[in-house]
Amino acid sequence: MVMLSGIYGLLSASFFVAMDAVDVAFTEASVGAGISTLLMLTTITLVGRYEHAARHKPTLALAVVFVTGALLIYGTLDMPYFGSAEAPINLHVAPHYLNDSMQEIGMPNVVTSVLASYRGFDTFGETAVIFTAGVGVLALLSIVRRPEEEAEIDAINDSMHQQHLILRIVIKILIPFIFLFALYVQFHGDYGPGGGFQAGVIFAAAIILYAMLFGLSTARRVINQSLIQVLAAVGVLVYGSVGLVSMLNGGNFLDYSVLASDPVAGQHVGILVIELGVGITVASVMVIIFFSFAGRRENRRVSGNDVEHDGNRPTNSSENKDAR
Amino acid sequence: MILGLYNYWVVVVLMMIGFYIVIAQGNLIKKIVGLNIFQTSVFILYISMAKVEGGTAPILAEGISQFSNPLPHVLILTAIVVGIATTALGLALAVRIKEAYGSIEEDEIQDRDNKESSTMKGKKC
Repeated sequence: MVMLSGIYGLLSASFFVAMDAVDVAFTEASVGAGISTLLMLTTITLVGRYEHAARHKPTLALAVVFVTGALLIYGTLDMPYFGSAEAPINLHVAPHYLNDSMQEIGMPNVVTSVLASYRGFDTFGETAVIFTAGVGVLALLSIVRRPEEEAEIDAINDSMHQQHLILRIVIKILIPFIFLFALYVQFHGDYGPGGGFQAGVIFAAAIILYAMLFGLSTARRVINQSLIQVLAAVGVLVYGSVGLVSMLNGGNFLDYSVLASDPVAGQHVGILVIELGVGITVASVMVIIFFSFAGRRENRRVSGNDVEHDGNRPTNSSENKDAR
Repeated sequence: MILGLYNYWVVVVLMMIGFYIVIAQGNLIKKIVGLNIFQTSVFILYISMAKVEGGTAPILAEGISQFSNPLPHVLILTAIVVGIATTALGLALAVRIKEAYGSIEEDEIQDRDNKESSTMKGKKC
């Protein structure tokens, strides 16, 4: 099921390329095929991979689904045809973005200029949502561990990670290039597909790859957890302070034109900085999420069967072990 | 010409698959997968509406006059990343539910809740 959802992610990414949404495809490929597959796998090792035989009665649900689907299809009859240039959506603000953004923002990639400048406030809100989700995961899954457990976990990790020698060496060579690529995507977002969101995910993927092959504790030594948590907040802060600086310079919140003497140059500075903020937040939140989930799993493996407070579920926990 | 609407039908079918999983499955992880499928169908709806016949990706370059609509791209781009963050939050909740109840099946959780509230009133698990 998880592999299927990974394939599904990759497939929808290629869908998006076919429909000329390269920026979106980029994001979906890294998120849908990479991070979300990984997250699902980790969760399934945590909750056990067996489900009970179906006891639900599908008739009612099917009926609801079919009626809703039929109504929705009926609703589409009034919609504009696929690919039609006269559709209302293409006549509203889109021509303005396409025709004037070169003069106003000076960036070839219209998606970036809309994302960071015209709809900067929106993106700010979304960055805050990502940050909040990261905080939520941390609150739900973070664990305080005693030092003796730490040693035990290290021992398990060392034994586990002995065997992947070739992978580890290949990854050691690859990781700098992944970082480099992430930075390229981060700072080239003005001209080609890319930007803070994609770069953040790629950056996080490199760190997660490292953590998977070299063990969580090694990765924890390399990447300071509290530093990452601070960074997640710093990203949002950088974004917000750009808005405040533009206010102090006499413009509106997140109006970058006042950041430099030349409005277009100001836009460039503003977009670069807020994309950096987005990138930092996204990367650190993804890393936080992965470390929280993986840390849980590690804890589960060490403490074995007596993880539950009440211990009334011997069958399920043995299933967990099988799943490993 | 009614076939020109096929993109919406693909979306509706995907959406209904997701919807069915959400309402018919008792397993919380499967519900989250269903929600993800639902979410992707909305992404496809937006992106397919942005597509313009003969247009290219919205990156301005010499000699190209037709572009697809950049606005839905922006909306969906951020929605994908927000989506993975919220999915992670949902999965984290499922993990905690598993630890507290020993199950991620909806009806078992309900059973345990009912039993607990009838035996030890006010005391939380």
